[in-house]
Amino acid sequence: MKEKKLKKADPGKKCYAFPNKPTPSMPIVIDETKCTGCNRCVNICTTDVTVPNPEKGKPPIIMYPEECYYDGCCVEECPVGAIKMRHPLMSRVHYKRKETGEIKRV
Amino acid sequence: MNWEDRVAQSGQLMEWPYPVRYDVENRIEVDVLVLGGGPGGCMAAISAAKKGLKVALLDKAHPKRSGGGSGFDHWLNTPNPNSKITPEDCVEWEAVTYKGYSNSLARYIAAREAYDTLLEIEKMGAKIRDIDDEFKGAPFRDEKTKFLFCYDYENRFQFRVWGATFKPAIFNECVRLGVQVFDRVVATSLLNEGGRQGGRIVGATAFNMRTGEFYVFQAKAIINAMSCHQTGWRFSTEMNGFDMFKPNITGDGPAIMWRAGAELAQMERSRPGVAPGYEYPSYGTGNSMNTWHPATIVDANGKEVPYVDAEGNIVKSVDDRCRPRPGQKFLAERSPHPLYAKPMIIPDLAQRIQKGEFVLPLYADLASMPWYERKAIWGLMVGNEGRTRIPVKIGYEAAGFDAGRDMLQSYFTLSGEPYPSQDKTLLQGPYRMEAYGNGGEVVVDWDLRTNLDGLYVVGDAILAGNYYYHACATGRYAGRKAAEYASMSGSSPALDLRQVKREKTRVYASTRRQPGKDWIDWKELRFAGARAMQNYCGGLRNERLMNTGLKWIKDIKKEYYPQSYASNPHILLRVLETYNILTVDEIILQACLARKASSEVMGHFRQDYPEVDPPEWHRWITLKQVNGATRIGELPLDFGGQLNDNYEAHNRDYKGFLKKKK
Repeated sequence: MKEKKLKKADPGKKCYAFPNKPTPSMPIVIDETKCTGCNRCVNICTTDVTVPNPEKGKPPIIMYPEECYYDGCCVEECPVGAIKMRHPLMSRVHYKRKETGEIKRV
Repeated sequence: MNWEDRVAQSGQLMEWPYPVRYDVENRIEVDVLVLGGGPGGCMAAISAAKKGLKVALLDKAHPKRSGGGSGFDHWLNTPNPNSKITPEDCVEWEAVTYKGYSNSLARYIAAREAYDTLLEIEKMGAKIRDIDDEFKGAPFRDEKTKFLFCYDYENRFQFRVWGATFKPAIFNECVRLGVQVFDRVVATSLLNEGGRQGGRIVGATAFNMRTGEFYVFQAKAIINAMSCHQTGWRFSTEMNGFDMFKPNITGDGPAIMWRAGAELAQMERSRPGVAPGYEYPSYGTGNSMNTWHPATIVDANGKEVPYVDAEGNIVKSVDDRCRPRPGQKFLAERSPHPLYAKPMIIPDLAQRIQKGEFVLPLYADLASMPWYERKAIWGLMVGNEGRTRIPVKIGYEAAGFDAGRDMLQSYFTLSGEPYPSQDKTLLQGPYRMEAYGNGGEVVVDWDLRTNLDGLYVVGDAILAGNYYYHACATGRYAGRKAAEYASMSGSSPALDLRQVKREKTRVYASTRRQPGKDWIDWKELRFAGARAMQNYCGGLRNERLMNTGLKWIKDIKKEYYPQSYASNPHILLRVLETYNILTVDEIILQACLARKASSEVMGHFRQDYPEVDPPEWHRWITLKQVNGATRIGELPLDFGGQLNDNYEAHNRDYKGFLKKKK
């Protein structure tokens, strides 16, 4: 790689240098249109997965996703129903509809 | 959004959102200090506050939901007006099942007061009865009291309750009674009188896992409700929170008690388990265990897997899965012993699948069951157990699952069976050990006091303690006893400031960067510790093997732990937990070395002492530190003595369901 040459050329799209995210990176999904940034979920979390957003009134930031215990306390505590729990993909469970025999997945 | 989204959106690194104040020291003086705000800790705080004392409660999370806070399903071992079962029965099944390795003292206390405790929590606002008549006519319902029972519909001493309503109610009662609650404040050490290990406990140090502030508590009595150790053998660097065991239960409690000189036992107990990271959501797959008993299991072709009683007789009807067989005394929740075992899925299912008798995968067929069982398992039990209410009951239904028409897949003999005891084929090899059984480790007397004056323990911290009912009942009891002690003990004894200073130095050591040296992350340390335990304290043990393990753990602690770096208070908590886990590993290895015999109940198999459970080793091995050196001792299994007499002698003024007349 010739760095000097690279720099002279088109700078390209802005891209940050991040390390890998831990797995799973999103144990909960927050509906940002509903969230009022009250941080009740942050305060009830039993493992401190989330931290308040530096911008007041904005949704909390998922900071330590790999520590999520999946007990759903945040979902229960949310006054506007903005949070959904998301089990890791490799732990999704299948089920079978009795009448049709169809295999479905949660 | 996660951290990466935030950084990309704002173009800035995020600063730690809380003020970081490692230099602030808070001093708090109370009568009774409770460490740990799970159900047991909160009940202890309530008991002490009711005696008019000044009480403080610390918790690593928020006590409204912490500990077993998101919910639970069964309230076990409770003699009550609907049952002929006695406290002696509740003690007996466990002592027989675990061949004497059961804490009959604490079990007896819990059984004596479990019904009173349940009614008290109902008054706080928890739902313990079917007041909405959802289960009217069900065979497990008492139509008069509206109580619901599980496992044994004839003997009725194991309740089905709306466990998700309990913790907020208990927490609100703490607040109402004026308990000072410190959430996100984690105890790091106990303070001894004169700073002398083994001396009376007169306080504790703690820090705030968001701000890093230091706390020094002074109290006349201290109650440790910080649960047991569960994480020594198990670690997954990424999915560490998805583990079967709560990531918060790191053994901080036993580690800080050990440093203070408390006496511990059954540290050599472990069992095989599933490798972390390969699990399915707890109770979130089709199965027939615990919360899911007595679910009907069918194979891929719809063929039903039979239930059998402990004598191998096929149990035909669903209702009979919850009734003792003729001549059997009663059914107890976790007992595989023929005297108390409930009907279970055939024990040789794995072999019969291999022979082709049943075709994979299996399913739980709730739809074919009577309405009340389907509704009890899916609606009530899964609807209230800790990690199932939101992600399983509500989450699966939102994704389309309907317990009335769908069958949930079982992962039996596939990888990642969530309930390891169900499939013995997954339990082979030394790489799958875990601390389990009846968790706790601290030796207690009839006041639930430890060998250290002023220090009481509660719930899963108690030797061989576990279950929600036990946490609540022993919490309520220990709070009463600690309050009596505090009331009699005059003014608070002085703290030893040198001990406080030493602890403060230890706590904040990893917050200082050491350029070029701080490349050992807490995760790597914890993984190394887990590997050491799997390799050197696994399914088969011997003296030299375990000595190598002990040396390795000591080396990790001494050489590598000091290289760790905590960039914020949250990571500081994880670093300090790691120190405690490594400390507990050392205790475990010393206990395993001290038990020079194999033991089935302890899950302790020694190549150099192959005889299993020889009679001369039929006792607890105890350990404590005296002047920094480990002292091994022993304790008879029945150290509680005459249960009824001792309970009465220690509780002359107590009034309750089983003690109305005095």
